Amino acid sequence: MALLEVKGARKSYGRLNALDTVNLVVESREFHGLIGPNGSGKSTLLKCIAGAEYPDEGTLTFLDEDISTTPPAVRARRGMSLKFQITSVFNLLSVYDNILLSIQAAHSLWHLAGSRSRRVLHSQVMDILSEFRIESRADDLAGELSHGEQQWLEIAMALAPRPRLLLLDEPTAGMSPEERRVTGDLLRPIKERCSMLIVEHDLDFIKDLSDVITVLDQGRVLDNGTPEQIEASERVKEVYVTRV
Amino acid sequence: MTLLNRVAGAHPGTSGRLSRLLAIELVVFVLFALMPLLLGLVWSEDDSFFWIVFTTKVLILCLFGLSFDLAWGYAGLMSFGQALFFGGAAYAVAVMSRDLDISSIFIVLPVAVAVGLVLAILLAAFLLTGSRTPSIIFVAFGTLTGSFAAERLARAWYYLGGQNGVSVTKALTIGDMPLYEGVGFYYLAFGFLVVVYIGCRFLVRSQFGLLLAGIREREERVAFLGYQVQLTRAIIFALSGAIAGLGGGLYAFHEGFVWPALMGPIYSTQAMLYVMLGGVSTLIGPVIGVTAIEFATIILIDYLRDFWIIILGVLLLLVIMFRRTGLLGMLVSERERIGSFRWRGANHKSDSRGD
Repeated sequence: MALLEVKGARKSYGRLNALDTVNLVVESREFHGLIGPNGSGKSTLLKCIAGAEYPDEGTLTFLDEDISTTPPAVRARRGMSLKFQITSVFNLLSVYDNILLSIQAAHSLWHLAGSRSRRVLHSQVMDILSEFRIESRADDLAGELSHGEQQWLEIAMALAPRPRLLLLDEPTAGMSPEERRVTGDLLRPIKERCSMLIVEHDLDFIKDLSDVITVLDQGRVLDNGTPEQIEASERVKEVYVTRV
Repeated sequence: MTLLNRVAGAHPGTSGRLSRLLAIELVVFVLFALMPLLLGLVWSEDDSFFWIVFTTKVLILCLFGLSFDLAWGYAGLMSFGQALFFGGAAYAVAVMSRDLDISSIFIVLPVAVAVGLVLAILLAAFLLTGSRTPSIIFVAFGTLTGSFAAERLARAWYYLGGQNGVSVTKALTIGDMPLYEGVGFYYLAFGFLVVVYIGCRFLVRSQFGLLLAGIREREERVAFLGYQVQLTRAIIFALSGAIAGLGGGLYAFHEGFVWPALMGPIYSTQAMLYVMLGGVSTLIGPVIGVTAIEFATIILIDYLRDFWIIILGVLLLLVIMFRRTGLLGMLVSERERIGSFRWRGANHKSDSRGD
């Protein structure tokens, strides 16, 4: 059974067809890369999957349920987690509180009002901070972190609620080569825990990480296959050589 | 002091000393607790009585200011109709007292709270249940319309006394004991303020408070974490309505009179000014704001009868222009204002920047 299935997704902004009959399948425990040149529709597709946008046509099925018009909060509670393209950590909260905010979302508001899980969640918060190598910054404000650390914090926030599917929109944007390498190291072990759909510009970064890669161009699926197949694809080479 | 910091969810310093915000809160409440005693030492009996009655009104208005801070400062809802809950509850208990001869505190105040709560829930249902996230302008105009309509209704409805309002001739009673204005009513209002304040303080420093802090900073991001943002805001709005209702119920019996403007935009604006001056999303800010504005008003009006309102307006303008975090922002850092939600039982490196 596919974890996520997108069938015939179309999305237009006025005359611009951002997505044109896109089909995509993400299997359980699969790292799925989504690449394409600027304006190919990668981020729009990710937004439609996460619920930031709704497709004009087509269906989205997650864990065998139609989520085409489901609000983002409900998708998140069903096990979908998103890291935005533009870093959107909570700058005025501490690093620790950013993670706590992310983890405690599974609890009811009544539960939160009584702070009943603050103690229980503490070790989970510290574990995830340690995994992402920002434990020593736990009490610092998120806004004081470097760009790379903020990206890691945001990935940690997305991963903290133990999602079934992690959606990452350009997790290495603006990072130095060393930070990219560390990010790759941080993401690899996640495979044991969840599936991942990752949007990236950088083919070298994504090919080392992904089991399957889908290439989008002008809102359509150009090709789909293993990293080796995609690297060998003439159609992909043409797009990357001529337009990127 | 470390224990106090923990109870209050404050951000302690390296030595675990009392946080600045908590120190301010304690000073304010201790001063209010001792006020009748201090006034008795300074003034004659008659003058002291006048100031006790006046300060009782200030304490009741603190509940009103606190309710606006919850709505705006914590839920991000610019409630230009906060007076609807305050005045609506005041009218409800005034009419109950007049027509049903009911003045028992055990009936009157729960009714006042319920009226404020129900009005806020109705308004929240209208403003917050749409498919799109309501803008600040939408909420501001929506609440303003409710407040304006209620004032017009009260002015035009003979049953509510029209322009003249409703007199509350009976005293609030606890069992058989009537509670007239003076020291007894003062401590009743003070007690309610303390209880409501501690409850709000507990809530905004709880994990629910962390959610509110997240909503204030990045509402959309919070929704993607799985939270029901509008429901969270509606709960806080309803709570703020209930607190304003409690204040309105006390105000009606203390002042002995309710009038249409009590539900209208002028009083709503006044709540906003209390909070802006004192310091938004601080809880103690509205208490300081109400106290500063009401005392400045009564003092200035005696000496500068024709100019007091202009001076007050300029003072408010200066604070809002140059210190958007209000008077409290001059003393307390933003970090301490927001607080830390980390579990305090764990051994961890303390951070002194919150002090």
